[in-house]
Amino acid sequence: MRGFLSLFRHLEGPQTAGRGPAFWSLFSLVLVAACAYPLFSDGYTVGNTVYFFVWVFIALSLCLIWGYGGSLSFGQTAFFGIAGYGYGVLTINFGSAYGFTLVALVLAIAIAALFALLLGYFMFFGRIAGVFLGIVTLAVTLMLERFMAQTAGPEWHIGSARLNGFNGMSAMPPLTIPWPGEPLVLFADIGLYYVVLGLLVLVYLGLRILMNSAFGNVIVAIRENPERAEMLGYDIRKYQLITFVIGAALAGLSGVLYTVWGQYITPSSMGMTAAALPLIWVAVGGRSDLTSTLIGTLAVLAAFQALTIYGSQYALVFMGVLLVLTVLIAPNGLVLGTMNWLGRFAARFTQRAG
Amino acid sequence: MDIATHVFSALYQFGDAFAFLVLSACGLAVIFGMMGVINLAHGEFIMCGAYVTAATVHAGLPLPLGILAGTLVSALVGVVVELAVIRHLYDRPLDTIVATWGLSLIATQGTLIMVGSTMAGVGTPFGSFQVGDYSYSIYRIVLFCAALGVLAALYALFNWTRFGVLARATIQVPHMAAALGVDTRLIYSLTFACGAGLAGLAGGLYAPTMTLVPTMGATFIMEAFVTVVIGGADVFLGTAPAGGVLAVVKSAMTSWQGQLFGQIGLLVAVIIVVRVLPKGISGFVLRERT
Repeated sequence: MRGFLSLFRHLEGPQTAGRGPAFWSLFSLVLVAACAYPLFSDGYTVGNTVYFFVWVFIALSLCLIWGYGGSLSFGQTAFFGIAGYGYGVLTINFGSAYGFTLVALVLAIAIAALFALLLGYFMFFGRIAGVFLGIVTLAVTLMLERFMAQTAGPEWHIGSARLNGFNGMSAMPPLTIPWPGEPLVLFADIGLYYVVLGLLVLVYLGLRILMNSAFGNVIVAIRENPERAEMLGYDIRKYQLITFVIGAALAGLSGVLYTVWGQYITPSSMGMTAAALPLIWVAVGGRSDLTSTLIGTLAVLAAFQALTIYGSQYALVFMGVLLVLTVLIAPNGLVLGTMNWLGRFAARFTQRAG
Repeated sequence: MDIATHVFSALYQFGDAFAFLVLSACGLAVIFGMMGVINLAHGEFIMCGAYVTAATVHAGLPLPLGILAGTLVSALVGVVVELAVIRHLYDRPLDTIVATWGLSLIATQGTLIMVGSTMAGVGTPFGSFQVGDYSYSIYRIVLFCAALGVLAALYALFNWTRFGVLARATIQVPHMAAALGVDTRLIYSLTFACGAGLAGLAGGLYAPTMTLVPTMGATFIMEAFVTVVIGGADVFLGTAPAGGVLAVVKSAMTSWQGQLFGQIGLLVAVIIVVRVLPKGISGFVLRERT
C-alpha cells in the first residue's frame, strides 16, 4: 500500500511542468469540464473532440521519445498504422462478440510494440543516434506505406480481411464492452468519448509518474549527455529501447483508437504528411513537457481543422511555416514558453505579495 | 537467349539502379558529409530541378540547357534556404531535420497550389536499342554515365580546386579554418548550394523518365537516405561504394520479385548494415586513419 501511494508522489517532479495546489485544482477543473462537456454539446461535435483526443496519444508518444529521450523518431506513424491494421485484421476475422474488440485492442498494441522492439534492437544496439535514427525510422515508415498501398489485389488478405491497397480497410466493428443484457457498442460519440477521455487521463498521469521516477531521470540524463549517463553505469541502449517500445505502444493505442473512431484505416495514415503532423504538434506545443504537448496538440489540431475548412489547400503550407518558425524562434515550443513565462510571472507576484 | 544477353541485362539493371542511387544521394551526401545537416527537403530540391527543366524545355530550350537551368535554379533556392533557415541551426542538427521537413511540406503543398496536381512531362530522348529479346533505353545508359561524371566532377572539385581545399579544411576543424581566414559561413552557403544544385541536377536528369507531380521528391528520398546512411559521411569512400552495393541488392531483388521488393531489400540491407557498421562504409574504411 505504501509503495502504491508513493507512486503518487511522482505525479509532480523536476521533469514535468506544473506543481502545487494551484496546478492540480486547475487540472481537476479542466477534468470536470471535460466530463460535463458532452451534456452541453451534440453528438457530432463530441465525435470530433474524440478525434482530437485520439491524436494526443501519438503526440505524447513522440514527446516521450523525442522530447524526453532526445531521439527523433519519424516512426510513430508506422506503429500507428501497424496497430490500426492489426485491430482491423483481428476484429474482421474474429468478430466483436465476448468483448473480443478489447482483446484485439491490446493485441494490436502488442504487435506494434513487438515491431518497435525488433526495429529498436537493431537501431539502439547498433548505437545509431541523432539524425540517423530519424532517417532509418522515416525510411521504415515510408516503406510500410508503399507496401500497404500496393496490396490492392485479392491475393492480399489475412484470413477473411482484405487489405485493399490504397483504399485501406474499412467496416471493422467498433469497440464493444460486454455487458449483462446487451453489450455496449461504442460509436464515435458520447460512449467512445468517455472511454478515450479516461484513457487519456490515465496515460497522462501515468507518463507523469514514469518521467518523474528514477527511470525518467535516467532517460533525461541520456538526452542531456549519453556518454556521461553511460559512465555512470547505465546501459543506455536498454533505456532507449524501453522508451522506444513504450512510445510505440502509445502510438499503437492512437492507431487503434483512430481505426475504432472512423472504422477505417488507410496507407496514407503512414505517409510523409501523416508522419509530419505529430512532429508539428509536439514541436509547436513544446516537446520537452507532457502538459505543453497535450495543450499544443489540441490547439494546433483545432487550428488546423478551422484552416482546412476555410482555406483547405493552404492549411498544410501554414503548418509548414508554423513548424519552421517555431524551430527558428521558439525552439522550446510556444505553449511551454508561455507556461514558463506565466510560472515566472506568478512566482514574482507571490514573492511581492509575501 | 544466351549467357551474354543475360549478363548484359543484369549489368544494365545494375547500372540503372546505381545511377539512380548515386544521383539522388550525392546532393544529400555532400551536405551531410560537409555540414552534418540532413536535408529533409532534398526531395523537393529534386522536384524543383525537374519542374524547372520541364518548364524550360516546354519554353523551347534543348534538354541539356533545361537540365542546366534546373540545376542552377535549385542551387539558388538552396542559397536562399541556407541564408534564411539552415544558417541559424548549425548547432542544433536535430532541429535542422525538423525545419527542413517543414520546408518540404511548404514546397510540396505550395507547388500543388501553384502548378497543379501534375505537369506535362518531357519525352525520353534517344530512343532504344535491341539486345537479344529485350529493348533497352539509351537514355538510361546516359544516366549511368552522368552518375560517373558527377562523381568524377565532385572528386575534382574537392581535391583540385581552392574551394575544395577550403571546404575540406572547414569540415575538419571549423574554428581553425576560420582562424586562418577562411570565411566558413560562405563555405557552408556554397556547400549547401552545391548539394541543392546536385539535387536539382538529379531532378533534371530524371525529369524525362517520370511523371511530374508535387510529391515526386518522395520517390527519391528513401533511396537517397538509405545510400547516405550506409555510405556514411564521405562522398567518395561512402556514397559511391554504398551505391554499388545497394544497386546489386536492388537490381537483384527487383528482377526476382518486382520493384517493391527491391525497395524492401534496400531497407533490410540498411538496417543490417547499420547494426554492423554504425558509421557506414566510409566510417569502416577510415577507422584506421582516425
